[in-house]
This record gives sequence, structure tokens and C-alpha cells, in this order.
Amino acid sequence: MDYFFTEEQEMIRDLCRQIAEERIKPVRAELDEKEEFPREIMKALAQADLFQIIIPEEYGGLGGGCLENCIAVEELSRACCGVSTSYAASFLGAYPMLLFGNEAQKEKYLPLIGSGEKLCAFALTESSSGSDAGSIQTEAKKDGDSYVLNGSKQWITNGGEAGVYTVIAITDRSKGARGATAFIVEADDPGFSIGKKEIKMGIRASATAELIFKDCRIPADRVLGKEGLGFVVAMRTFDKSRPGVGAQAVGVAQGALDEAAAFARVRKQFGKPIITFQAVAHMLADMAVDIEAGRALVYAAARYIDSGAKDFSKVSAIAKVFPTDMAMRVTTNAVQVLGGHGYMREYPVEKMMRDAKILQIYEGTNQIQRNVIGQELNKEYGRKK
Amino acid sequence: MKIAVCIKQVPDTANVKLDPETHTLKREGVESIVNPFDLFALEAALRIKEAAGGEIVAVTMGPPQAETVIKDAIGFGVDEGLLLSDRAFAGADTWATTAALAKAIEGLGDVDLVICGKQAVDGDTAQVGPGIAQRLGLPHVAFVKGFREIEDKRLVVERQMDDGYDVVELPLPALITVVREVGEPRPPSLKGKMRAKKYTVPMQGAADLGLEADQVGLAGSFTQVVKVFAPSHSGERRRLEGSEDEMGAQVIDALVDNQVIMLGS
Repeated sequence: MDYFFTEEQEMIRDLCRQIAEERIKPVRAELDEKEEFPREIMKALAQADLFQIIIPEEYGGLGGGCLENCIAVEELSRACCGVSTSYAASFLGAYPMLLFGNEAQKEKYLPLIGSGEKLCAFALTESSSGSDAGSIQTEAKKDGDSYVLNGSKQWITNGGEAGVYTVIAITDRSKGARGATAFIVEADDPGFSIGKKEIKMGIRASATAELIFKDCRIPADRVLGKEGLGFVVAMRTFDKSRPGVGAQAVGVAQGALDEAAAFARVRKQFGKPIITFQAVAHMLADMAVDIEAGRALVYAAARYIDSGAKDFSKVSAIAKVFPTDMAMRVTTNAVQVLGGHGYMREYPVEKMMRDAKILQIYEGTNQIQRNVIGQELNKEYGRKK
Repeated sequence: MKIAVCIKQVPDTANVKLDPETHTLKREGVESIVNPFDLFALEAALRIKEAAGGEIVAVTMGPPQAETVIKDAIGFGVDEGLLLSDRAFAGADTWATTAALAKAIEGLGDVDLVICGKQAVDGDTAQVGPGIAQRLGLPHVAFVKGFREIEDKRLVVERQMDDGYDVVELPLPALITVVREVGEPRPPSLKGKMRAKKYTVPMQGAADLGLEADQVGLAGSFTQVVKVFAPSHSGERRRLEGSEDEMGAQVIDALVDNQVIMLGS
């Protein structure tokens, strides 16, 4: 299928594919086994300018949009979702600065993130606040020229590896959802520390950790947007980033099909390659159909967002739900096609199946995505009357 | 620091096949790549530039299509490139090749350091680097595996030896050839690749370099390749039969009989 990429987009795809083949595939099993953060690979991605993709040109970046990001993330995910999660999470942390940062903030942080000198992270989730983001407890109190943060964040991707964090905290509890504010926190700010490092089922190359704020004092000019905009910052960020999760799903599913189809051609039973058995061939065919549908959806949604569309929560949610549910099906079936081999760690598909599961969960569970889609449908059809 | 890196376009030997009839390399349809050892030279230059600042120029000699290796070098982050291309250069041995490369490097002006890969994977001579140094009157160290100190007028390098390494100090300007251990080549960068797309590779011929036709190419060479062939397997062959133990004993007997090994009493 030709998706009519520009020369620049093809360059991104080819370069990411090259890095995935040469540097990620050979070490992905070891990174997974050892739960090792891929620092060398992050360095290579930085040297290749891949952290510059969504950074505007005036800050030294390449000025790409959602589609360019999706292309990169898909290719990296085809080799390893743990690596692509670490990469994509830096953009998740950077989007709030791109969307709401003032000139001084953009000038200070975007070049650091774009060059890969500092990884970025986004911190919203807390131990008792997941889908119900409005119930976060972390507080930020204004004190003269600074804010003082107290509380903790849970399951933060790139926690402990990032140099810069976007953190959502409550500044006025009485205002409910309008009482949250987004802050930029630097790794060496006083009172900021890293807590528990999580042990995960999949994406084990990525770092997931608790962030602890104990009288963490930051200058008042670290507010993104203005006080009270915290949830708007978070929601707008997710609207931009969700197709990227869809792209991860397309990538990991494609990686699983690559393995399953290659295996089915060489694995012989009853004297014939198993791909010649209709039961197996149809499974592979369904995987291919699923993947192409997911890919077309992700690219279409990304192009729609990049066209300057104003309201794209629904499109963005759709571009996350379908591909990620699809990737779970495809990776599960890839294990099935490989049979006993697929269940063994010697083959990469069991890891892909473990990795795919998180895609249905993070950046808003697929249930929450369906809520978003449902609410939008209610609005749309309400207007039509 | 101004660094010149010499690179060569070679057939992708990982994918080269032999013609079963003629036993020569099948060059048609074989992709050309940057000589793998030259990628280490580029990486070394980029690391030195990161540490000490400066400018990197990649120089190659070859047919017009060799401009792709210059564009590849630009993709890795090299500042400028230069292609030496002239019908008169054809058939050059290492002597005639160094004549052209040395003149070109001289023409770049104020080069502090010349870096070459230790050898090319097609010719395997490892002569071009030292040859250029000789022609330019530069001190040189071959098989550099690492850098200890990088200064404006001085370099301390580690030279790989069979049993360990030497630490060598050399004044700049100088020439070094590098081995794999100098550092894994980085991936090309998006900005570099975009620049490479638009980059027009400057080209120079023998006349531009101030060289006469009899100084370059086949005419300027002391040696010429008469034939390229895969050595045939000759000599006596014997097929052993029997159990593993029996065959093992026969191998040992043969080795003893031919005085390859001696059995202790």
C-alpha cells in the first residue's frame, strides 16, 4: 500500500527502519529480559535527529506533525515497543510545552528535548487517580516567587531517566477540575526524587517509576499556560499523542505478522509448510487485513490533526482504540501461529503479545476512549436535531 | 580543527557473489557502499569535531556515481565533500591514488588531520593512508583504536597491536588510519540526509589538481591488476570412512605421517 508520503516522511521511515534493524532488533530480547533502559539506543535516536521531529524549526527541530511522529513510532515499535515507548514518552512530555509553553519556556526546553540531551516525561497518574484524573492529590502551593509541590505520581514512563517533567498538580482544590495546573519540573529541583521502579509484564526496556515531591520548590515561571489550565493541558496533549499509541500498535502488530508469516513458510507439518494450510493462511490474512485497516486509520487521523483541525478528540480516540485492540488480537494470533515456539522466549512474538497489552491501557484505557467517543457522538447527534 | 576524511566506494561485499564459471566477482547488480572501515574514520572525525570543534571534509576518488558516498558522509554530519573524478584516474594503483588524494587534501588548505579507514575491503592493501602521509610529508599512525588527548597542535592516540596497544603522541598536522575499536558509527541524521539531498558534490579532475595524465590512473601506476580470481583448491584429497573414532584415528595418523604434529612418547 502506498500512503503517498513526502520525501521527508519517507526519509524518517527509512532511517527508523534502519535503526530498528541494526540497533534495536539485535538487543531487544536482552533489554526485555534484563529490564534495561535502552540508553545507547536513545543516544542513537538523538544523533539521528529523531527527537527533533515534532520540535518547531525555530527551536532547531524539523517542524513535523502528528503524522511524522506516527511514522517514526510505528517503525521503532515494529522492532520493540519498550524502546518506542521510551522515545514517544519524551514527546508526550514535550507536547504541553509545545502547546502551552511561553516563548521563554519553549526557548529553554524544546532545544534540549529536540537534541535528545534531555529526555522528557509526562506525569498525571497517581496511585488512586487513574482514569478519574480529576481526583489527583498532588498539590502545588504558591509561595512568593515559587510553587511548592507535595505528593507523588505513579507509573511515570521515563521516570528517573528524564531530565524534564511536565507535572499536573492541584493549585486550588475548591475549583475541582479547574483547580489543576501544569508545571515544568527539572530532575534536579530540590525536593524532587524518584521512588519505586516498577517491574512490568511488557515494554520492559522502558522505565516506569514513581515521582516523589517533598516540599519540591520550583520557580513560579514554570507554570504552563496559567493556573487552572492543568486538565486542559493534559487533554489537549492526549488528543495529540493518542494516534502515536495507535502507531505503536500498528508497528508491533506488523512486527508480529512479519514473524508469523516467515515462520509459517518454513515450519513444516504433515510434509508441508503450515502456511499452505487454510486455517493458518486465513489467520495470517486476517492479521494483514487488521493491520492495514489500523494503519490507514492512524495515518488518516494524523493527517486530519495536522491539517489544523480544531476539535479532534473523537478522531484521536478512535485512532487509539481500534489499532490497540487490533494489535492485541494480532500478537495473540501470532503466538498461536508459532504454536509452542511462539510461547517460548526464544522467539520474539510472546514479547510482542506482552508489549501489546499496555497499549490498550495507557494514555487513557480503551474504555475511557470509548467514553470520549460516546460523549462526542451524543453531542453530534444532539446538534443534528 | 580541519579534518579531511578519505572514503571509498566499494561493492557491498556482504552481498557479493562469485561467478561460478569465471570465478570473478559479479559486480552487476551489487550495491555500492561506503567502505566499512571508512565509516569508522567518519565516526572518529565526528567525535573529534564534537570534542574540539572544527570542520570535516570527506574526499573520495572514483567514477561520477561515487558522489553517493560523499552524500552518505554528509548524511552522517560531515560539513563538505569533494569527489575526484576523471577518466585519467581509471586503473590507478595505490601509488597513483595517493598522488590524486594528496594533491586534493593539499588543495583544501590548512588541514590539521587526515583520517582514513585502515584499509578498503575490496583491495585490502592498507597502503593508501600511509601513502598519502608520505606524499604530504606528514607524520602518521596506522591502526588507531582510540584517542587519549585531542589538542590544537597535538594528538595522543592508541595504536592497536597484535598483543595490546601502543600510546603514541604525534604533532599536528598528521594522518591516522583507524580500526573498528575507534567507535561504533552513528546512524545518519535526518538533518544530514536532508542536506545531502540538496548538496551538490564539488568535483575535480587531474587538471584541477595540477597533475599530468602520466602521474595518475593506469599511466601513473607501478602495478596493475592482471587478473582477479578465487584461488582453486588443489592438492591431494582423501575421503575418510568408518566410525567417528576410526576416522579420528586416521586423521591423527595422517597428521603424524606428514609431520604436522608429533606424538609424545
